[in-house]
Amino acid sequence: MAQITVDRKLCDNHGQCAIASPKVFSMNDEGILKYEETFDDALLDEVEEAIDVCPVQAIFVKD
Amino acid sequence: MGERIIVAGASLGGLRAAEQLRSAGWDGEITVVGEEAHPPYNRPPLSKEVLAAPGTPEEALASLTFRPKRNATGIQWRLGTRITGSNLAAGTLTLEDGEELGFNGLVVATGLRPRRVQAPGPLAGRFILRTLDDALALHAALVPGARVSVIGSGFIGCETAATAASLGCEVTLVEGRTGPMERPLGSALSRGVRALLTGRGIDCRRGVSVIRYRGTESCTGLELSDGTLLHADVVVEAVGSMANTEWLEGNDLDLGDGVECDRHLRVLTAAGQPVPGVVAVGDIARYPDVRNALPARRVEHWATPSDTAKIAAPALVAAINGLPPAEAAAPLPTFWTDIFGTRINGIGSPAHARETRVLEGNPAHPQAGVAMGYYRDNTLIGVVNAGLPASRNLHYRQLVLDAGVLVTT
Repeated sequence: MAQITVDRKLCDNHGQCAIASPKVFSMNDEGILKYEETFDDALLDEVEEAIDVCPVQAIFVKD
Repeated sequence: MGERIIVAGASLGGLRAAEQLRSAGWDGEITVVGEEAHPPYNRPPLSKEVLAAPGTPEEALASLTFRPKRNATGIQWRLGTRITGSNLAAGTLTLEDGEELGFNGLVVATGLRPRRVQAPGPLAGRFILRTLDDALALHAALVPGARVSVIGSGFIGCETAATAASLGCEVTLVEGRTGPMERPLGSALSRGVRALLTGRGIDCRRGVSVIRYRGTESCTGLELSDGTLLHADVVVEAVGSMANTEWLEGNDLDLGDGVECDRHLRVLTAAGQPVPGVVAVGDIARYPDVRNALPARRVEHWATPSDTAKIAAPALVAAINGLPPAEAAAPLPTFWTDIFGTRINGIGSPAHARETRVLEGNPAHPQAGVAMGYYRDNTLIGVVNAGLPASRNLHYRQLVLDAGVLVTT
């Protein structure tokens, strides 16, 4: 299992991560980000894509 | 010489290209050559958060610098280095100190620079906004009460005007031929954006341009095409951009507007043949609109460097290995802007629409929530929404994807 964290001070709820990796990231009806802190390693590529497309670079992989 | 790919340009496009070359299996040398002294950094905050409150230059840079992907190892960065010429057939670049660098493959990612207003008058006191250094210099001039004239009403002009007003400046927006963000948004929503700007005290001047700058040593004002004189302590020019292609001259390319490419982002000769081992990435690349069967165009959105790097890097590695390129993806363009806290999201190619329909809300009041559909031959080719939660943006994105026609000739 891999782990991520989103810096809520940076996050601006653009929702691009939910497009790139919908199993890990989603937007609720108010447009606020929800995400899974741990996820299967098989999703690592799409989570890396979510990290890339975040306009404010708010998603971090936990080591 | 060992196997080397040179990435020309060290902004987001250069970074993503280098990363995608590794992802595509390139284990030879990668050298990224960039004119700016800074490592790749994020530009959208330059007209918003950074312009409003940058902190020290070091803090500003630290907040903007991209974190490279973990597989982006062994990349050599030559920053603060300008490329002055190239010989693509011989596989060489020339740097400004005369050094020649040889390559097996080349990624053209030298991007754009701001266009300047072509009007007589003093140059001093006229700002542009493209780089971190530009933003820091402009921030220092945006003191409360300063009279600021922003020339040009695209994304950069409108965002800069809004930020300057929020800092307490007296702002005039010289819109030019079209209204605020009118080309990407269409006229109805453009009028709504103008209402957002004027509602916060920005003086929007419609249908006029600058014909002369006033002042002797430094610019103190401007003269508009309708005869109006404006006093200005600060002038910001945001009138579009030009591609940095001069270093590619003499290689028989079509450099009319950026670098002409095929759908794999392979750079083409003037006769339309791929130049062996050369691709382009980012907003310098003019490539076919596969989604809408429209002629090749450049796309100046934030996602373009990442989208194009994913296509160009594997095509380049394939070419060096003597293989044909894999089927190319057809990225869906997206853009966003924030004006006084109202986010505007664009999906697809609204600028190429022939007809616009309101999907929800009222374009006159974008801050209250609105979505506009953009149609071409009755096909939805784009949506722009404003003031809506991101969940609605995802919904509209799906509508555009579902409606889209992919032309794969």
